[in-house]
Amino acid sequence: MNGMSPIVQTVARFAKVFILLFGIYLTFTGHLSPGGGFAGGVVIACLYILLTLAYGKKSAFKYFPRKAASGLDSVGALIFLLVACLGLGFGGVFFANFLERNYPGASFSLLSAGTIPVNNIAICIKVASSLFLVFIIMAAARVIEKKDGTRDFKQDEEE
Amino acid sequence: MGIELILIIILVFILLGSIIAVEIRDLLSAVISIGVVGFGISIAFLFLQAPDLAIVQIAVEVVLLILLIRATIGKGVKTTHAHINWPSLFLVVILCLGFVGFACVAFQELEFGAPVTANNPQAPTNYYLKHGLAETGSANIVTSVILDYRAYDTLGEATVLFTAIIGALAILRGRARKKKGDKE
Amino acid sequence: MILPLCFALFVVGLYCVLTKRNVIKIVIGLTIMEYSVNLFLVLLGYKKQVIMSQVQAPIIEKITNLDDFFMKAVDPLPQALVLTSIVIGLGVTALAIAICIRLYQRYGTFDISEMRRLKG
Repeated sequence: MNGMSPIVQTVARFAKVFILLFGIYLTFTGHLSPGGGFAGGVVIACLYILLTLAYGKKSAFKYFPRKAASGLDSVGALIFLLVACLGLGFGGVFFANFLERNYPGASFSLLSAGTIPVNNIAICIKVASSLFLVFIIMAAARVIEKKDGTRDFKQDEEE
Repeated sequence: MGIELILIIILVFILLGSIIAVEIRDLLSAVISIGVVGFGISIAFLFLQAPDLAIVQIAVEVVLLILLIRATIGKGVKTTHAHINWPSLFLVVILCLGFVGFACVAFQELEFGAPVTANNPQAPTNYYLKHGLAETGSANIVTSVILDYRAYDTLGEATVLFTAIIGALAILRGRARKKKGDKE
Repeated sequence: MILPLCFALFVVGLYCVLTKRNVIKIVIGLTIMEYSVNLFLVLLGYKKQVIMSQVQAPIIEKITNLDDFFMKAVDPLPQALVLTSIVIGLGVTALAIAICIRLYQRYGTFDISEMRRLKG
């Protein structure tokens, strides 16, 4: 997949920092204002889709290789499970908010609400890598014609 | 204007967009009409005081549009001019009109704007609204519901998303290549 | 009037799944049905007040009056359920589109009657 015209590339280069900042802001203040892990994750996935469409596949793989995307996907899910099991260890029940019961923060501040910001970050990482992975799979699959007339699939490997 | 009038206007707009998406023959125009439907739903969420949902809906719908355009572009864009099977089409239309008639009768018990849990002090909703800030420390009650009171459902959702992505990867994988020195 | 209109949207999606032959149109019908169910669930949780500007989202700010907050705020429980449902809908539709691309590779067409004819 090739890139697009220089106008699109220039605008993408200016806008990518702000979109990434907006996605991180939505994730971190999920417990204070509308947002949360899902909204932040989908916005960051849209950012990487924009970079892939504007610059072409090879440049976009430099930012975020495919193995890193599937690895981060699993890491996000494992952090979520780890916080749940720690809740079982420290709080007595699965998914207990053990940080809030032992070290409560001030209301309306960024470090309040216990394990909720940690869970938000894990969900954001997981959703962003999942959606980027599914876009790369569909964009990288090309139909090639073999010599005997049947069609076959070819996934472009990274080079 | 009351909230009902605004919602009826938005719903009529969404219905028109969806009927166009279903009936039009060009595939690319149908995919763009789905974008209109998703956008209308996001505005309806804003009027129903659900800002979390509006953000997630509009972002998810953009990703869905990109995936659908990737599937349809360059691959025989027009739909086929099917010969219409009149008896089965007639039966399906009768069934659909029957469903809508059933809905008009059955939904008279549900009054819009007065949920069943509003007057019951023991419903879980009123408990979450009263004690959410004190027990979890988070000011956004929806976040405290999905990540503290009902975090198990979020674990289930993460599992379903993971499985769907692995399924898509497994379907679209190319054939495993043999090394050059292998014999069959 | 609002709830039957939402159900009519669901029925439009059902009609599309039942009668169309192009497999991409079937995926579009499935998407319409999912959107309509999410909207229906959120519609069930709305609380009407006498003045329209008194209805609140379930988010507490520093200036909120905590005494009658739980009378004026809309229901947070349907919103929490619909939030996960939207993201799951995206995953399922991505899987369906992957199946469509694979079907095109195998049979060369998107039409399901042609596929039935070619399979034999």
